[in-house]
Amino acid sequence: MRNGYKGAVLALAAGAALGLSTALGAAQNAAQAADLKIGMITTLSGGGSSLGIDVRDGFQLALKQAGASDVELLVEDDARKPDIAKQIATKFIQRDKVDILTGIIWSNLAMAVVPAAVKDGVFYISPNAGPSALAGKACHPNYFNVAWQNDNLHEAMGGYVQDNGFKKPFILAPNYPAGKDALTGFKRFYTGELAGEIYTKLGQTDYAAEIAQIREADPDSIFFFLPGGMGIAFMKQYAQSGLKVPVLGPAFSFDQGILGAVGEAALGVKNTSQWSKDLDNAANKAFVAAFQEEYGRLPSLYASQGYDAANLILAARKKAGGIGDKDAFRQALVEADFASVRGAFKFASNHHPIQDIYVREVVKEGDVLTNKIVGVGLKQHANAYVDDCKM
Amino acid sequence: MSAAFLIEQLLNGVQLGVMLFLMAAGLTLVFGVMGLINLAHGSLFMVGAFFCSWIAGQTGSFWAGLGGGFLAAAAAGALVEVLVIRRLYDRDHLDQVLATFALILIFSELTRWVFGDRPLYLDIPPGLSGAVPLPGGGGYPAYRLAIIGAGLVTAVGLYLLIARTRLGMQIRAGESDREMIGALGVDIRTLYTAVFALGAALAGLAGGMVGALQSVQVGMGEPVLILAFVVIIIGGIGSVKGALISAVLVGVTDTLGRVFLPQLFGLFLPPSEATSVGASLSAMSIYLLMAGVLAFKPKGLFPVDA
Repeated sequence: MRNGYKGAVLALAAGAALGLSTALGAAQNAAQAADLKIGMITTLSGGGSSLGIDVRDGFQLALKQAGASDVELLVEDDARKPDIAKQIATKFIQRDKVDILTGIIWSNLAMAVVPAAVKDGVFYISPNAGPSALAGKACHPNYFNVAWQNDNLHEAMGGYVQDNGFKKPFILAPNYPAGKDALTGFKRFYTGELAGEIYTKLGQTDYAAEIAQIREADPDSIFFFLPGGMGIAFMKQYAQSGLKVPVLGPAFSFDQGILGAVGEAALGVKNTSQWSKDLDNAANKAFVAAFQEEYGRLPSLYASQGYDAANLILAARKKAGGIGDKDAFRQALVEADFASVRGAFKFASNHHPIQDIYVREVVKEGDVLTNKIVGVGLKQHANAYVDDCKM
Repeated sequence: MSAAFLIEQLLNGVQLGVMLFLMAAGLTLVFGVMGLINLAHGSLFMVGAFFCSWIAGQTGSFWAGLGGGFLAAAAAGALVEVLVIRRLYDRDHLDQVLATFALILIFSELTRWVFGDRPLYLDIPPGLSGAVPLPGGGGYPAYRLAIIGAGLVTAVGLYLLIARTRLGMQIRAGESDREMIGALGVDIRTLYTAVFALGAALAGLAGGMVGALQSVQVGMGEPVLILAFVVIIIGGIGSVKGALISAVLVGVTDTLGRVFLPQLFGLFLPPSEATSVGASLSAMSIYLLMAGVLAFKPKGLFPVDA
């Protein structure tokens, strides 16, 4: 250590410049020439890994079922870092010459990648992130979201809170585009008083300070949007805090992939979702059975979104007779003529779904925690940004 | 604002600080004694957490898991020291950063290969679940109190080890003059391996304890590592006492910043902007603290070679 402080600080700075990232994207390069090349940028490591894994697995299941051996799927891990996502996108577009990009989970990554990619003439089919900017002013003919617009599930829960006698909810979300969309969406349909409203750090895993604030504010309910590992940490710590206020949220923190981790603390929690494994339609029944068969676990919301995204692409390619004619392919995407696992599916004019949002409750089936639909939150709902999108 | 609220937030800050101390203690020992910058310290934290939750899952006992995580991290530390780190002591810091950065990637991939790429989970031991009532109303999770206790006991133990034992004397001597203690017949190679394994074990202990609060996942050590670097820079590189005091300082600053800055901005901004600006500023608060300390004490609060 005698070579002193300056050296140490320089070296630390170099460490920081390397980003301390642990991304090791493993590209799965299929050798044969394919007439459709899809680049999937998704989160396969860190706190959001279960989301990306489920999207990928759902997507691959759909390709496998369709026997689409002429589709080449490249998958890389963005480690939830916008700069890495951007690098992968550039590589996919320039070197691998992909036709379609997909897979991004997080809205800040989507904002870093999508606007430039669609301008380059690539199609982007989002299986998850649907930030308000891309639904409104920055919408683009080549951008489609097969899952939802970010606000949707939160809007439905806002309405549920409004209609079910809650008078003083405490709301919290991470400080990034989807977090802001979440609380905005909630407040669009819940117009009463709030016990408190906080934004937390994205990727935060310790919520002790926030839980103390909630205790101090004495709310009658807690609405939170904390996707992935953040929600697991929050619920585990909440269960230890001795607080007994009912917890409400979008499906993201009570979905199949993480219920096992949250454990009994989640029982009875109401959450909103456009999909549930007990949705009664043929496509969904086949999907749930096939997913369980293939991967040995129940599918999650994210798996259903990956599955729908792949099926949308395959159906549009079939209808347009390939993707050589981009205008025909785009038109086929707009028509969205595929069997969605959530039942009837259609796009609003800004390429985000018009759909029912259900209210689910966490229940126990045998010794597995899962969700059951208990009501409909919003019927045939589009999103608040349709009129801002001029295309 | 009630007194219970303030007490609860201070406890939260101290608990975070104690965790950071366990990370920073190992880092600062290794840096102080061997002059080595180890970016892979966070990986040892992760190894501790993974083994803790895996062993706890197999045996059904959290305590067996915690002990196993501690030992596994120590073993991983010793192994890494013998195989890799040993070759880096005489290189400059940039080489050390590069090599230990590579270790992060190797550890992450290995962990994913061994334990799979989905997060593991660890439940709080039954005896420590639930909340303890605080004076003036409210409650505080028993498990977090136990973490504070365990951290303070470790701090005292480490102090005694360094101040009162033969090994500690050798460690302190190694900090000031490594050639001289080598000439006095101390086996430097073994000493360094032992110090490195001790640092790794403390990180592993921290990982196991934190694992029960969050999910155990690949890459979980990196955010903590950055905070731990801030801690040793504020505390003074090489000083264990400095690490303890600065860890608590950083923990309390971070916690209180997160709580009160948004409220402060709420006085003159609309709520959504205030929480947003306050949240961003509170994320910077510990770096501002670091800058403030370095402006007055460029070598940290407790410089070793002052």
